[in-house]
Amino acid sequence: MSTVDAHRIRTGRGTELGLLVIALAIGIGAYALVGLGVEDKVPTDVLGYGAGLTGLALLLHLVLRWRAPYADPVILPLVVALNGVGLAMIYRLDLAYEARPNHDHGFASRQLMWTAISVVLAAAVLILLRDHRTLRRYTYTAMVVGLVLVALPLVPGLGQEINGARIWVRIGSVGMQPAEFAKIALAIFFAGYLVTNRDTLALAGSKVLGLQLPRARDLGPIIIVWAASLAVLVLEHDLGTSLLLFGMFVAMLYLATERLSWVVIGLGLFVGGALVAAQAFSHVGARFDAWLNAFDPELYNKAYGGSGQLVQGLFGMSAGGLFGTGLGQGRPDIVPYAESDFIITSLAEELGLTGLMALLMIGLVLAERGLRTAIGVRDGFGKLLAGGLAFVVAFQTFVVVGGVTRIIPLTGLTTPFLAYGGSSLLANWVIVALLLRISNDARRPAPAVSALTPTGGIPVVDAPRPTGDDNVTERIGTVR
Amino acid sequence: MNTPLRRLATVVIVMFLVLMGGATYVQFFDAKTLNADQRNVRSLYREFGDARGPIVVDGKAVAESVKSDDAFGYQRKYTDGELYSAVTGFYSISNGSAGLEYAENDQLTGRSDQLFFSRVRDLITGKKPEGAAVETSINPAAQKAAFDGLGNQKGAVVAIEPSTGRILAMVSTPGYDPNDLAVHSSKKASKAYSGLLDAEGNPLLNNATREVYPPGSTFKLVTAAAALESGKYTEDSKLLAPDRLDLPQTTASIGNFGGEGCGANPITLKDALRVSCNTAFAQLGMDLGDDALRTQADKFGFDQTDLFIPTGTATSRFPAEANAPQTAQAAIGQYDVAATPLQMAMVSAAIANDGKLMAPHLVDRIRAADLSVVSQTEPSLLSTAVSPSTAATLKDMMLGVVENGSGTAAQISGVQVAGKTGTAQNAEGKAPHAWFTAFAPADDPQVAVAVIVEHGGSAGSEATGGKVAAPIAKAVIQAVLSS
Repeated sequence: MSTVDAHRIRTGRGTELGLLVIALAIGIGAYALVGLGVEDKVPTDVLGYGAGLTGLALLLHLVLRWRAPYADPVILPLVVALNGVGLAMIYRLDLAYEARPNHDHGFASRQLMWTAISVVLAAAVLILLRDHRTLRRYTYTAMVVGLVLVALPLVPGLGQEINGARIWVRIGSVGMQPAEFAKIALAIFFAGYLVTNRDTLALAGSKVLGLQLPRARDLGPIIIVWAASLAVLVLEHDLGTSLLLFGMFVAMLYLATERLSWVVIGLGLFVGGALVAAQAFSHVGARFDAWLNAFDPELYNKAYGGSGQLVQGLFGMSAGGLFGTGLGQGRPDIVPYAESDFIITSLAEELGLTGLMALLMIGLVLAERGLRTAIGVRDGFGKLLAGGLAFVVAFQTFVVVGGVTRIIPLTGLTTPFLAYGGSSLLANWVIVALLLRISNDARRPAPAVSALTPTGGIPVVDAPRPTGDDNVTERIGTVR
Repeated sequence: MNTPLRRLATVVIVMFLVLMGGATYVQFFDAKTLNADQRNVRSLYREFGDARGPIVVDGKAVAESVKSDDAFGYQRKYTDGELYSAVTGFYSISNGSAGLEYAENDQLTGRSDQLFFSRVRDLITGKKPEGAAVETSINPAAQKAAFDGLGNQKGAVVAIEPSTGRILAMVSTPGYDPNDLAVHSSKKASKAYSGLLDAEGNPLLNNATREVYPPGSTFKLVTAAAALESGKYTEDSKLLAPDRLDLPQTTASIGNFGGEGCGANPITLKDALRVSCNTAFAQLGMDLGDDALRTQADKFGFDQTDLFIPTGTATSRFPAEANAPQTAQAAIGQYDVAATPLQMAMVSAAIANDGKLMAPHLVDRIRAADLSVVSQTEPSLLSTAVSPSTAATLKDMMLGVVENGSGTAAQISGVQVAGKTGTAQNAEGKAPHAWFTAFAPADDPQVAVAVIVEHGGSAGSEATGGKVAAPIAKAVIQAVLSS
């Protein structure tokens, strides 16, 4: 322990500030280039815009210094960069939409507003949630909230069907996609439930064909979630959300039990359910058809449920080539929903393969920093929550980008931080706040320090660890 | 729990590698196929969405791209579209392009290699690329005079500045309005296009450079040039000029216009050209031989297959082989001799310029969007058609034509006009084409012009080159000299 005292642990806040400067330069630079590309002049409000973005980033940075000084220094800059590039692209599309008669526009200012609200919400989470383990108390509350959120669009009068998918809830003039928030609630539930029941799930039960099968009563909650996912898929016509929620659950189940059997069972259930759905429900089958035979003229020209949007997106990406057309100089606006579901093809067209690779790298590093946080944190609940949240960001990116690049069937999910959409932005920023909060715990100096200074110590660290925690050797292994 | 976390981290890396692989496939390996897909409207949008450079006549844009509020962003607009249709051509989304719009596409779109540096600069500054301006050599007054002179008669006019080869006027009638083809609605554009394809007189064909006609008596300038160049003849050499010339090896014979004599027999070379004596020139052609005629014709630009001004041109032809009777016919611009109106203007221009034929061209210079000159067309010698002394003799003979010969209708008071008429038989039972080619002023030639009015125009079978075509040439010359 003396070695811990000998080294002063760096908070990383200075590094974060430096990285934030780069991230802001990317976002604000992109905004200026859009103006140059589309209108031959730097947008007149670039200073105000830059000041706003900088202010938001600085706000979170200061909150971190105050309330989570040991938080991961890379996560915030990565997210600021993604959000900034997304805003610039939405602004660019807005300019193209404005030039067209009868096209909805004004996305950029709304996205900027949502960014501000999201950042404030993330700051609030960091300030109010002093310790992520508090959330464990609300395990079952989170389950109820999660399932209610998933089911909310089905409530008559509240839910709204847009383009065939019933994933929207409208209260007054404000629309939102509750599934985005459901993933946070369900992640909390899964983490809390699994950390308590991991031993019984992992060890009890009989062995069949080399796979350790769980007991039926341990299976109960999984069956509930599986049924809920399929219900979402079936009733709301939302392939993406069900895939996302289920993927997150399987991943967390695997983290908790270290049993591959759960993954196999989970995937088996989902694939089986999806295949049945593809046969039984025309809209699911159509998605598969549009994926496999995208270039079929009949499917391409189909007004609804065809492959036109997908193929237009691919055309956009190919037009971008290796280096892209440059911001403001492509035609991403040709693709329907270029600012939300297809923001990736818009970015790929104007920034090229190079730019897309860079954005994917940012997404990958973000997810890996989240997983690193999970490895670093000492309590099992924190590990599961951080691992699950990091995975869900990565998995959502995979499902969206895989969909538009035709690796997997297209689903209606938004790209985290890049795509237009208030719900998605809010939810993902809350995820980031949670990851930052957990990472503060993961990177904080060992409790031994506080033992030497009883008055200045942080009580929660010294408190006896909850049951289901990791064993002591693992904990020591993570303390530097 | 750390082992599965590490495995999950690997799974996440694999997921992103798959995404990168997929993106690489779409944006690199499959990009060519996707870009070539007919349903991919991006290449069209890219081309039509950029500000295309203007085509400029005397400082004014006759074709330009103006902002439009549709998905393309720009609409091609032609001012006096029909007047300049032979020059500008058209630029259509669904029907391709023609004329300078086609020939100078790389400059107009800004994609030319010559514009490389301004492209790089645009890339760095993030400025939207703009096409370069194509500045033509067209003289608007001459163009208007030619257009009005032809009126609703089918034909063509080409006027050249002899000392440089700059094309001052190029008109083909009937013309068309390129605006009809430039509309963005592909339905409307296609309708207009098929309408023009079916229209009488084939408006889309540029008669001035893309169509060949029998040159008729205007070709006698070439025959006379060959005779003078041979050294065996002067303008005072006496030629046999029977009322009818029986052709060897056949039962055919050649007569003079209107079946009359040529006023004298034998007749001097100068007078034979002045009254356009067929029998004298047919005999002269046989005496010179087809090789001499062909060599002389080629020096004037016949049989040149790769003449670009920069729009492409049809090849004017002198038959590759001809026996004696065919040579007799060819010597008066019949049989298989074929010439574009541009070609006949080049014959006059070469004579006007002391025998030196300058390469004809439509474009003076290319100017980038920042107004810097990208390229400037320098006058260049295409060939030396005849010696200066032959040129001087021919000029003297052509002056006679306008003074008191078949081309008196081209006389301009105070200006010496040198010219040659032509009345070319073509299809059986159809009125002959009326030709006139000339240059002026004879002592300091500013303009050489060729006019053809197909089938005599409104004068029909009564038409002669001197009656129908010469007044149009006169109007064009006057327009050039007064501007």
